[in-house]
Amino acid sequence: MATTRARTPAGVMALLFLLGGVACGGAADDGANGSNGATGGDAEAELTAFQVEHGIGPITEIVELGDLDPEMAEAGEAVFTTKCSACHKLAERYVGPPLGDATTQRSATYIMNMILNPKEMYERHPEAKALLAEYLSFMPDQNVTPEEARAVVEYLRTAADGSD
Amino acid sequence: MTRSTRFVSGVLTGLLGAVALVWVGCGGSTVGGTGDAASAVYVPPGEYDEFYFFTSGGFSGQLGVYGLPSGRLFRQVPVFSQWAENGWGYNEETKAMLETSYGFVPWGDSHHPELSQTDGLVDGRWIFINENNTPRIARIDLSTFETVEIIEIPNSAGNHASPFVTQNTEYTVAATRFSVPTPQADVSIDSYAEEFSGMLSFVKVDDNGRMNLAFQILVPGYNYDLSHSGKGPSHGWSFFTSYNSEQANTLLEVNASQNDKDYIAAVNWMRAEECVAADQGETWQSTYRHNYFNDAHIAVSDQMTNVTVVTPATCEGMVYFLPTPKSPHGVDVDPTGTLIVGGGKLATVIPVHSFDKMLQAIEGEDFIGEVDGIPILRYESIVAGEVENPGLGPLHTEFDGQGYAYTSAFISSEIVKWSLETFEVVDRIPAYYSIGHLSIPGGDTREPWGKYVVALNKTTKDRYLPTGPELTHSAQLIDITGDKMRLLLDFPTVGEPHYAQALAASLIVDQQVQIYPLDENHHPYAALSEADARVERDGRNVHVYMTTIRTHFMPDNIEGLQVGDSVFFHVTNLEQDWDVPHGFAVTGANTSELLVMPGETRTLVWVPTRVGVYPFYCTDFCSALHQEMQGYARVSPRGSNVPIAYNTP
Repeated sequence: MATTRARTPAGVMALLFLLGGVACGGAADDGANGSNGATGGDAEAELTAFQVEHGIGPITEIVELGDLDPEMAEAGEAVFTTKCSACHKLAERYVGPPLGDATTQRSATYIMNMILNPKEMYERHPEAKALLAEYLSFMPDQNVTPEEARAVVEYLRTAADGSD
Repeated sequence: MTRSTRFVSGVLTGLLGAVALVWVGCGGSTVGGTGDAASAVYVPPGEYDEFYFFTSGGFSGQLGVYGLPSGRLFRQVPVFSQWAENGWGYNEETKAMLETSYGFVPWGDSHHPELSQTDGLVDGRWIFINENNTPRIARIDLSTFETVEIIEIPNSAGNHASPFVTQNTEYTVAATRFSVPTPQADVSIDSYAEEFSGMLSFVKVDDNGRMNLAFQILVPGYNYDLSHSGKGPSHGWSFFTSYNSEQANTLLEVNASQNDKDYIAAVNWMRAEECVAADQGETWQSTYRHNYFNDAHIAVSDQMTNVTVVTPATCEGMVYFLPTPKSPHGVDVDPTGTLIVGGGKLATVIPVHSFDKMLQAIEGEDFIGEVDGIPILRYESIVAGEVENPGLGPLHTEFDGQGYAYTSAFISSEIVKWSLETFEVVDRIPAYYSIGHLSIPGGDTREPWGKYVVALNKTTKDRYLPTGPELTHSAQLIDITGDKMRLLLDFPTVGEPHYAQALAASLIVDQQVQIYPLDENHHPYAALSEADARVERDGRNVHVYMTTIRTHFMPDNIEGLQVGDSVFFHVTNLEQDWDVPHGFAVTGANTSELLVMPGETRTLVWVPTRVGVYPFYCTDFCSALHQEMQGYARVSPRGSNVPIAYNTP
């Protein structure tokens, strides 16, 4: 994280390029920074088929969903309430998109990568970019663990089942 | 008018110039005739400095955090003074940190930053800093850069010789610079010689950093000025300079400069511990405050009532006086722990005492007298050498670990480098101007990083663009890796940088706290999710349990407030990402804003005085929709029947 923060914000980079390409080396920085504008599309071309379907992030194996685990769903609801509900509702648009049908629209792996690695998703993944263009608000990295993200998926499954 | 026009055009010219510089600034070319120096201090954008450099804020009461070699200012850590920028000492959670036995004190005079040590080496856990005016010591955590504890020192006045630590941070010390009736009493000032005393205080530091005033040593009424502790062979001893052995109580500049020699007090604190354990101390009723954060990250202030006081006459072998010319200021112990250097402010030499000879003189009872049960050793028996021609007004000495000492000379405004073997001056370099302390990274430890010395200057006169009558103080970075010292950089400092210490950044970079986890937030008024956000009236107090996340507050519409209510805005930042604080301010609040770190809860009290609808908003730019981050609070007349109401998610 330290190195990410030390880099030049993308917006500033864009401004510098507008000013006339002043980069003298070292400016080929990726400009990764969650609070600034969208970045160029070069990186997108490198996405693998897995990344297109399951997102870019720490989850690199497909997460198989078994039978609904109510205990895990309950733990996921607690995480959701604290770290997600300030911006997401299940049935309606709020700061971010409604998530009631998230598990029917995206793979569990994709959802977990979006939660765990939002900055890179916004920079490189076309679906995440499209969401940003629609909602104009970055989803923050809420420092969720992979286990917690998995539990959130389980909670969202209960919502998709119409039980919420 | 003319002036402002000129200013604007000047700025425009400057901007154009800056653009031009951007265009041509790619060749790595040098600036003027000092290109070599420029490259030595150049830290490319996005790169880190090699050292953290902590400066005393002096009369700002705070602690400055800079990088070396760049001289860039990163932060001012609020310590002893209120700091409206982040609400320190204004918000409900930190006010108690500035409580003292005299009540709430909103300002302090910080002096000497001192990094914690283990085995005589900087360990990167904490930095301590003393307050001179209302005697206190603060501890700053080096994982959060936040002041986490402040302890008041009773029975003292002018806490200058502080907060120097022992080799393993067993203790941080304090001492009386302005002797006073001890305990305080209504006596004639002319009774100074009979009634006034000094106190050397030892504050125990436990493994978690928690401070506890372990014992105080009652000493003659001189001015105890600076201190350093022994290390290696001299571990277990602490040394305090004193001046005004004349015991003058008026016009000290003349009357306290009569004697050829004053004293360095050598304190065997391990011996003091034995006397305390053997019940040879007295318990004094003394009130003082001990302030610290509780588990909910809210400052509490404990009223303390007792201290243990030991007198040298009842604890033989605890304190000795080392005669030292003349009105000594600094006392510094070399990396081997065998030499004790006195900064004889008015002396023509730098006296260097030998710890071994001191022990021999004590063993042989080679005394020339005694004051209040404190034996005075014979100067000639303990001195290891005198540095001749050390500049005028030698004050402080630091060490490079390569066999050399560097002493600041205030009056001749220079740093003098001398050999610890021959006691001969080998180099000198001017300081601009009026150097006080100087600082080498790790320069008071067993293993200094002997790369730079920084001169800490009291005046700058013509060195910078002038800013009216009040000018900045400054630091000057000097390369000490070669035979000749080499000035690299001037940079301005905040307040007065009395003393400063530095450590290798690599020691603490990886331990930086980025967020406070929400599941560890135990604040009683926290709202840990939007579902918890609410407003509750309790008599004339109204508690707003408010959440904030990019980019809204919840609730953001509040009604039912009345003129004269105390409205407590308890704002919890639900962000769990680094570098996303949110701010909070409301019209007419008679206090500062809040700045709330991720996962933290902070409270602003607003007492509305007028009927109306008042906006509140986020003060710290947080996202693209920061300008939308606002809300309204409706204030009705006192006794109104408008009910408490607020929006929910």
